[in-house]
Amino acid sequence: MRRFSWFNATALTLGFVFLYLPMVILVIYSFNASKLVTVWAGFSTRWYGELMRNEAFLDAALVTLKVGIVSSTLATVLGTMGAYVMIRAGRFTGRTLFSGMIYAPLVMPEVITGLSLLLLFIGIGLDRGIVTIILAHTTFSMCYVSVVVSSRLVSFDRSLEEAALDLGASPFEAFRLVTLPIIAPAVISGWLLAFTLSLDDLVIASFTAGPSSTTLPIKIFSAVRLGVSPEINALSTIMISIVTVGVIGASLVSKRAAVKRQEEERAAVRT
Amino acid sequence: MPQKVFAPWDDPQEKPLIQFKNVTKRFGSFTAIDNLNLDIFEREFFALLGPSGCGKTTLMRMLAGFETPTEGTIQLSGKDIGGVPPNQRAVNMMFQSYALFPHLSVWENIAFGLKREGKDKGAIETRVSEMMRLTRLEKFRNRKPHQLSGGQRQRVALARSLAKAPKLLLLDEPLGALDRKLREETQFELMDIQEKTGTTFVIVTHDQEEAMTVASRVAVMDEGKLVQVATPDRIYEGPNSVYVADFIGDVNIIEGRAHQTGDKVQVIWSESEPPLMATTQKNFSLDQKCYMAIRPEKVGISADRPTAANALKGKILDIAYLGNISTYHVELPSGHVIKAQEANTRRIARRHFTWEDEVWISWTDTAAVLLEQ
Repeated sequence: MRRFSWFNATALTLGFVFLYLPMVILVIYSFNASKLVTVWAGFSTRWYGELMRNEAFLDAALVTLKVGIVSSTLATVLGTMGAYVMIRAGRFTGRTLFSGMIYAPLVMPEVITGLSLLLLFIGIGLDRGIVTIILAHTTFSMCYVSVVVSSRLVSFDRSLEEAALDLGASPFEAFRLVTLPIIAPAVISGWLLAFTLSLDDLVIASFTAGPSSTTLPIKIFSAVRLGVSPEINALSTIMISIVTVGVIGASLVSKRAAVKRQEEERAAVRT
Repeated sequence: MPQKVFAPWDDPQEKPLIQFKNVTKRFGSFTAIDNLNLDIFEREFFALLGPSGCGKTTLMRMLAGFETPTEGTIQLSGKDIGGVPPNQRAVNMMFQSYALFPHLSVWENIAFGLKREGKDKGAIETRVSEMMRLTRLEKFRNRKPHQLSGGQRQRVALARSLAKAPKLLLLDEPLGALDRKLREETQFELMDIQEKTGTTFVIVTHDQEEAMTVASRVAVMDEGKLVQVATPDRIYEGPNSVYVADFIGDVNIIEGRAHQTGDKVQVIWSESEPPLMATTQKNFSLDQKCYMAIRPEKVGISADRPTAANALKGKILDIAYLGNISTYHVELPSGHVIKAQEANTRRIARRHFTWEDEVWISWTDTAAVLLEQ
């Protein structure tokens, strides 16, 4: 056991207060009975009820969900393909340039990505709507997927694919039956990452969204400009709980899998 | 009825299963395989032996289809297989790392190749069961690879590569990951399975003992070339070069000049010592440089002067006691150190010789091999 020290305790408290105080306040005020955001008037779940009746928010939530699911799926397919090719192609002239080009959007300011996409959509005459948001989100999140998947592929034993080919699988079958199941955890976390990115993106979505399709972040942002309403607090609390449950659940599942695997390996050594 | 000796390589009527014809493989400016010709026959257990980087793995990967020759052709049953992709060859490979599919059970691993052929369920079940019986894996049917020990994984890899009944099975350092005892057992198992299935095996190894144990013929490679291809006993008893003699087993090499009369050769090797005698089928010109290769176990060691053709006096420098045998390092007055091996047929307390003893070492004129290079 480490010895308790006042310095450590203070540092820890300060750090966590800094990180979580805003969110805690938000969660507390989402249960506020008063319409005024800054005045506490007793506990109530009224705003959650109001939220459920607010058509505009529900529409926006639906759009966000659709965009998130479709764009992260597209981004996962494209990002995985990109990662696979970059890792498997071996050394060729311009390899660094190509891999750099895959990762460049990671550091590109979102405003620029949004603006250039907007210009492109106007240029090709594509009406702004849910399709353009999906395309835009796919564009910027596929490089995140690519990073996650390629870090797994680097440590992937190539001879597994060769073994599949050797046993009569076509290159595509080898990928589908051997490579993909093994790198699946990385692909799934890539998908989750893309989904999260799409869920909370405001900048790129506001460039590419049309009047008929508003995502939740845009809706929240424009609502807040007219004053923070308790409904927004309730909505944010719901989003926080979804994310928290997701993160805790995912880490529990992966921890349990790791423990189970270790036990099985130990059992194998004994027999 | 006398058993017919298995030696298709001596029969000119026999058609080889695999034929390498002037095969060269380059990676950039590096030549991995250099104009190589080789025939491998059906039902052979053929070992490719050499130090790492000698091209043996490249040769094997070309047979599997993972590499294509830069020049020359490789034929399987008379057909050029240069352009055939690995998934369309009747060749299977057992990988050094075993490359078992970690997400599939033992049964599914073995069935993988059969399913790709589109066989019906019953046929697959029968064949997989047969393979599991052959490799004694029935108990582990539903285990995943990480739930198996090293020896069991090795057997799964073998079963999986044999399941499709390939014409040719390639084994890349198949026993490298096993400990010594298990490796020796597995060598005999491999030979047994090879005989039962009648499959042609090509094994790549850097372990000369393993190659000698399992193989019907051994090819010693160096820098992309075949140095010698012969049966284990011919490789050991009649190496064609100092490289092979040195690579396979332990050997004393004495450099000298040859004075040949008929099949007898006098080797002049030292200013102070009498010449050594050897017999040879080769022809050496007068004073040609030659190397006398003599295996330590063919060198006798005694306290009194023996009557053998070659006898030299020296002093014991070192003794390596290995339990069953002892190797004596005997230093000659000329500075040469000759290794002599004796079986320890008596307990060590009754051993004759000890450090610094003056002894005679000797060998007959037919015990040594004379090499030109």
